[in-house]
Amino acid sequence: MMSRPERPTSPHLQIYRWELTMALSILHRATGAFLSLGLLFLVCWLLAVAAGADRFAAVDAFLGTAVGTVLLLGWTFSLFLHMGNGIRHLFWDIGVGFDLGVARASGWAVLGFAVVATGVAWWCGLGGAAWT
Amino acid sequence: MDLRSPIARARGLGSAKDGTGHFWVQRLTAVAMVPLLVWFVASLVSLAGAGFEQTHAWLASPLNAVLAVALLLALFWHSMLGLQVIIEDYLHAAWLKLPTLIVLKFAHLLLAIAAVYAVLRIGMGS
Repeated sequence: MMSRPERPTSPHLQIYRWELTMALSILHRATGAFLSLGLLFLVCWLLAVAAGADRFAAVDAFLGTAVGTVLLLGWTFSLFLHMGNGIRHLFWDIGVGFDLGVARASGWAVLGFAVVATGVAWWCGLGGAAWT
Repeated sequence: MDLRSPIARARGLGSAKDGTGHFWVQRLTAVAMVPLLVWFVASLVSLAGAGFEQTHAWLASPLNAVLAVALLLALFWHSMLGLQVIIEDYLHAAWLKLPTLIVLKFAHLLLAIAAVYAVLRIGMGS
């Protein structure tokens, strides 16, 4: 099959003015993909719980490492951002919130929610060992 | 007036070839997952630092096991649909797109089965 010749394309990312709506759309897809990757880990974790205390301890140990912690933090934030933006999408699906001003405001709300929810979840989780 | 050629009409619309079902199920699984995830994340947070016995006992309880399986099914279905759209948007060569989609679908299926198996195993007592 003959490959298509390289044709010039107009500049886009280099020149288009960044909007919150653009950024959130891209983040929605990126967090979604990253979360799909997280499913792999979720399955590993579940299988470890099913396998016994040793396997569980190993997975738990990984979560305690720097890499594990960063990943978990990433997945937490991704989850809240993707879910918040997902709900924003559901409102669009029924036709609500398309006005640019409203879309920007809801966008900021989603971002704020993701940051706050991640903070709350981790604060509770880290303090959890002290409470339980 | 339909401007498409007869063959385009016969082949279906766009890169996915079919969209309505996909759109609807994606929304349905999303809606189901909002309460399920609130429950799941809250539970995981409360289980932080709890250790094996408590985690195992939590998953073994019938209510938690059932909700967990429901969440897992919705999760894997939603993930598959989402990744499908990503592949369709960026991979156009048929020889690359089709096998990738098939492999992804099988991987999701396999992982979903493994996850449900794990939960059932915990619930029945390994």
